[in-house]
Amino acid sequence: MKKFLAALAVVVGAMSLPLSGEARVMIQNKGSDTLVNVAQAWAEEYINIKSNVAVAVTGGGSGTGIAALINGTVDLANASRSIKDKEVKLAQKRGIEPVQHIVGYDALAVFIHKNNPVKSFSLQKLAEVYGEDGEINRWNQLGIEIPGCQSNKMILVSRQNNSGTYAYFRKAVLGKKRDYKLGTRDMHGSKDVVDLVEHTPCAIGYSGLAYATEHLKMACISSKEGEKCVNPSVASASDGSYPIARPLFMYTNGQPKGEIKAYLDWILSDVGQCIIKAKGYAPVRAVDCK
Amino acid sequence: MTGRAVNNTIQTDDSPDLDWYIDRIVQVLMFIGGISAIVLIIGIFIFVTREGISFIFNDLDFAEFFASPRWRPTSEWRATYGILALIVGTASITGLAMMIAIPFSLGSAIFISEFATGKYKEYLKVLVELLAAIPSVVWGFIGLTIMNPLIIQIFNVPVGLNVLNAGLILGLMAAPIITSIAEDALKAVPDGFREAAEAMGATKWQVIYKVVLPAAKNGLLGAVLLGVGRGFGETMAVLMASGHAINLPENIFDSVRALTATIAAELGETAVGSVHYQSLFTIGIFLFLITFMINLTADLVVRGVKKG
Repeated sequence: MKKFLAALAVVVGAMSLPLSGEARVMIQNKGSDTLVNVAQAWAEEYINIKSNVAVAVTGGGSGTGIAALINGTVDLANASRSIKDKEVKLAQKRGIEPVQHIVGYDALAVFIHKNNPVKSFSLQKLAEVYGEDGEINRWNQLGIEIPGCQSNKMILVSRQNNSGTYAYFRKAVLGKKRDYKLGTRDMHGSKDVVDLVEHTPCAIGYSGLAYATEHLKMACISSKEGEKCVNPSVASASDGSYPIARPLFMYTNGQPKGEIKAYLDWILSDVGQCIIKAKGYAPVRAVDCK
Repeated sequence: MTGRAVNNTIQTDDSPDLDWYIDRIVQVLMFIGGISAIVLIIGIFIFVTREGISFIFNDLDFAEFFASPRWRPTSEWRATYGILALIVGTASITGLAMMIAIPFSLGSAIFISEFATGKYKEYLKVLVELLAAIPSVVWGFIGLTIMNPLIIQIFNVPVGLNVLNAGLILGLMAAPIITSIAEDALKAVPDGFREAAEAMGATKWQVIYKVVLPAAKNGLLGAVLLGVGRGFGETMAVLMASGHAINLPENIFDSVRALTATIAAELGETAVGSVHYQSLFTIGIFLFLITFMINLTADLVVRGVKKG
C-alpha cells in the first residue's frame, strides 16, 4: 500500500511539474468573521500580483483560527482579539510559537437613533449604561428628551455572548470585573444591531464602524468625563485617538518567512492597506488611496 | 410464522416461492420503518445527553441553574449559568400564545366541523393547513419588520420586540395545528349523538355545547397540549420577535428570551466541548424532557377518549 502511494505521488508530481513551471504555493488563512471579508479581498487581489501563490480563506471566528494555528493546519490565523495566555501555553506545548501582526483597526461605534439629541458619551457613562448595577437607566438622567420615546427608558442593544465584538466592548468599556446588565437585547450580528437602533427611538447600541448607515447617529466618545470627545472614523481609529478601537490581528508560527512574509508585507503595504480601508476598517497608518 | 401456516392451507407444495420472499422482505422493511422513529428518538436523546452529561455532573449547580436569572456563560471573571429568565421567557410567550390561539382555533374547529358545509368546508380546511405550512422564519420576519413598529406606535412602548409580539406570532403559528387536531376530535363524535340531541328539540348551539364538546373533550385537550408543545419548541420566530433579552418580564411589553432561541443563537460559535457548549446541551436535555412530557400527556389524553 505504502509503495503504491509513493508511486502515485511521484506520478502526480511529475505530471504537475511541467504544467506550472514554478512551484505553486498555497497559504492557508483562517479565523475571525470580522476580518473574513477583508481577508477574502486581499486573497483575490494577491492572485493578480503573484499568480503562483494561492491564499485559501475561511472564517469561523477568532478562536477557531487560533486553534487551527496551534494544531498546525493554517499558516495565518485571523483574529479580532489578541491571543490568550492559555492559548500561547497550549501552542508552546506543541512547538508552535505564535507571532502577532497588527493588520488594521476596527472602531466600535456607539449608535443612537437619529432623533436622539445626545452628542457624546464618556467611557464611564457608557459603563453606567451597560454595566451591571449601572446607575443610568433612563435618558432623562442625562437631561435629554427624545421625540418618540415617552417612557425615557433606555433600550440597550448588545450582541450574543460569544461574539468578539461583545467581548471587546465589555473589556474596553466595562473593565475586566464587570458584566453587562441583564436585559440587553442580544442581537445576532452587527447588522441586526443597526436595524433595531434605526427603528427604535429609545435605543442605544454598538458595533463596528463599517456597519454605520446614514439613518442613525454615532456618539462622540471621550475616554474620561470632561475630556474632549473623539468621533469614530477611520482616521481616528488608526491614529489611536478614538478610545474604543480594537486592533485586528494576523498570527503566524514564528517570524514569517518566504511567501508568507511576502504576503504579509504586501498586506501592510499601501495597496493592501487601501483594500482594508475600502472595506470600512482603519488601516494601520495613514495611507493615500485613490 | 402465520405466513407459512396460510401458505400450507392454500398450496400443497411446501417450498417457498417468489411471493413468499416478497412477503418476507416487505415485512422486514415495514418493521424497520416502524421502529425507525423509536430508534431515532433514542439516538437523539443519547447524543444530546452525551454532550451535556459532563456539565450536569461536574459544573451544574442546581439551585443556580433553575433559580438564577443570570445567564452569563462567557463572563471573564465569573461565569454563571442560570436559566430562570429563559424558562420564564419561554413560559410567558407560550402562555400568551395559547390565550390567543385556543379561542380562535377551537372556534374555527367548531365552525368547520359543525356549521360549514360542502365546498365551503373543504376550502376552509385547505386554508387552515396552508397557514400551518408557512415557515417559521417568515413568521419571525413578520414579527421583526411589521409588528415591531406597529406595537411601538399603537401601545406607545419603547420597543416592539417583546412578549406580546412573540406571543401573537406563536399564537398564529400554533392555531392551525390546534384547529386541525380539534376538528378531527369533533369529527370523531358519532353523528348519532347529534341526531339524538336534535330529535329531543335541542338548538344547534345546545347540541354543540351540551353534547359534542363534552364528547370530544379529551381530543380537544390533546389538541391544546400539542399546541403548547409546539410553542415550547418553536425557535426561529421566537428568536426574532421576542427581543432576545435576559429579563424577568413584568408585563407583556418587556423583551424576553426563550430557551430554544438561546441554543440557536449561541451554539454555532461556541467551542465544541467547552463548558458553555455543554451547558447549552443541558438546556437541550431540559427542553427535550419538557416537550416529551407534554406530548406524552397529550397522547395519553387523546387515547383516553378512544377507549371510553
